[in-house]
Amino acid sequence: MQVTNKLTPFFENLNFERDDNTMVINFGPQHPSAHGQLRLVLELEGELVKKAYPDIGYLHRGIEKMAENMTYNEFLPTTDRLDYIASTSNNYAYALSVERLIGLEVPRRAKVIRTMLLELNRIISHLFFVATHALDVGAMSVFLYAFREREFAMDLMEDYCGARLTHSAVRIGGVPLDLPKNWLTDLSKFCTKVNYELEHTYEALLTENRIWKMRLEDVGVLSAEEALSWGCSGVMIRGSGIKYDIRKEEPYELYGELDFDVPISDKCDSYGRYSLYMEEMRQSVRILRQLIPMYDKTEPKLMAHAPQYISAPKEEIMTQNYALMQHFVLVTQGMRPPVGEVYAPTESPKGELGFYIKSEGEPYAYRLKCRAPSFFHTGLLQEILVGTYIADVVTIIGTTNIVFGEVDR
Amino acid sequence: MRKYTPKDNVQKKSYYTDRFWVAPRVPTLEVEAGSHFESVVDTISNAVTIKEAGVQIGQLRIVINATDNFKALQILRDECGYAMCSELSAVDYLAQDGEFEVFYQMLNLNEAKRVRIVCRIKEGEAVESIVPLFKSANFAEREMFDMFGIKANNHPFMKRILMPDDWEGHPLLKTYPLQGDEFASWYEVDKIFGKEYRDVVGPENRDPASVERYDSQRFSRVGYEVPFGAELEEGKEEESPIEYSKTFMVDYTTGTTTLKKRK
Repeated sequence: MQVTNKLTPFFENLNFERDDNTMVINFGPQHPSAHGQLRLVLELEGELVKKAYPDIGYLHRGIEKMAENMTYNEFLPTTDRLDYIASTSNNYAYALSVERLIGLEVPRRAKVIRTMLLELNRIISHLFFVATHALDVGAMSVFLYAFREREFAMDLMEDYCGARLTHSAVRIGGVPLDLPKNWLTDLSKFCTKVNYELEHTYEALLTENRIWKMRLEDVGVLSAEEALSWGCSGVMIRGSGIKYDIRKEEPYELYGELDFDVPISDKCDSYGRYSLYMEEMRQSVRILRQLIPMYDKTEPKLMAHAPQYISAPKEEIMTQNYALMQHFVLVTQGMRPPVGEVYAPTESPKGELGFYIKSEGEPYAYRLKCRAPSFFHTGLLQEILVGTYIADVVTIIGTTNIVFGEVDR
Repeated sequence: MRKYTPKDNVQKKSYYTDRFWVAPRVPTLEVEAGSHFESVVDTISNAVTIKEAGVQIGQLRIVINATDNFKALQILRDECGYAMCSELSAVDYLAQDGEFEVFYQMLNLNEAKRVRIVCRIKEGEAVESIVPLFKSANFAEREMFDMFGIKANNHPFMKRILMPDDWEGHPLLKTYPLQGDEFASWYEVDKIFGKEYRDVVGPENRDPASVERYDSQRFSRVGYEVPFGAELEEGKEEESPIEYSKTFMVDYTTGTTTLKKRK
């Protein structure tokens, strides 16, 4: 046990034997390529990684603990802070599990809007991935172009809910707002733009780029068995040749009615995963285009009718006494879902995001567990990094697309 | 008399209780004959004892003995095709039953079905680690240990994951307050300066919105503007009378306006 003081800080008792020519380095927790507060302790022999140990918890805020001390509606804005690249997917995953616990059926217009927001968030998140991944690997200009389109997407989110990053745009029981005027026109313009830029900018810059290929091909190879064993999901598992997309297999919202493909790659490497991200953005655009005409065919109702759990619309609260009383009870005490437990998986841009909620019939969840895809992808790093070179470490961290709000919670 | 607050569960509770209100329950359905879940229940029950099995919100929930967890999950993986352990964690029931409820959330990718294996352990007991079956349990079991203090036997690296190594207490226990305990409030002071410095530093003020009224270096709020660093004494601040807006009084009979200050 080492003696610690201010100058020689406590180095956690990692079981690394230091042979004559190995070196232990700390990658992070403040490394720009670590995508957040990842401290990766690497044992190197020359440039070869012999052991890797991801140390997490630098962004731990106790969100699961907070969930036990907040009413269900109070907790919803907190979920924004999990995967802050695509907040709506967290809001939605949480809202979905509470809705399944209560047994709510959401109005169709809310479903259309939610699915639109989810896919828009997927594009935002994937653009962010392409931008930062390329930046990590050394392609600066892609970052600038991808962030330009991401800004347009965030403008759309801002038009809808007023926020760019922490949306809280999905509520338990529906959505709070209808789409603003001309939003669908802007959305279809954005779809065209993204589709164009995908082909003419990002793919033109990257896909056949010799350096990009050299840096990504056969780097971070993950076999299908390993991917299953490590609990990978999303692009990580589809990049290993397993066709599993929760939107397709366990459909929620309108995904059962929509026509889209689930791209897979059996290359099992970073390049395969990169091409999946590109293809998924195309599929998201395809879904968005199908959703635009669906919107007009829906009734204008936005929130589910369940007076025990969900407040009535504003007009009713202001005009009807009983609705006002129920609203008062729901705001001051919070809803009390039935006793039971639920786990609702959703396909977030990062992978399988689900909330396990154990309810004891109280306004506070008895236990809430957030199944975050990035948490398991971070665990994978301790195996996938071994035997690679230090230059590839950055590529592999980038390809897992981890977000630390979600890892540490 | 001071209001009684239970010490075994210090989490927030509803201030309003209706003793006649009975909470509804999520329906637990019987496992349908001939369904996929029935074959799962049959396969598992051949090897381990099943205490309870039912379908809750589309997912099979099987309650087993805690000692059988490894065996049951092995059968699930090898014979029923549940190739992924997507989540595992615990629920604290120490206050009610003196037990933890440990759950394993399993996924079958071919059938797109999910099964939750649930077992209960007493306080201080450990579960068998399932890392040899599912590597995803490596981080998840460490998190369970970190948050609840439940150890997994034969885990390759049973260590805290989210909290610092030298942390005391397990944050997700119901006995652990939301704002942290005594140890948590002094953690940074102890670590940086040492325990003897607690008197010098004083208890940390965790309210970022708090403003010292007479501290003119940090936005004093005495009701009027004071220069930065000015000496302010308690009770010696200037009187700041409430100012009213100036009002024009219009005399409609003569049509003249007079400026009057209200008292």
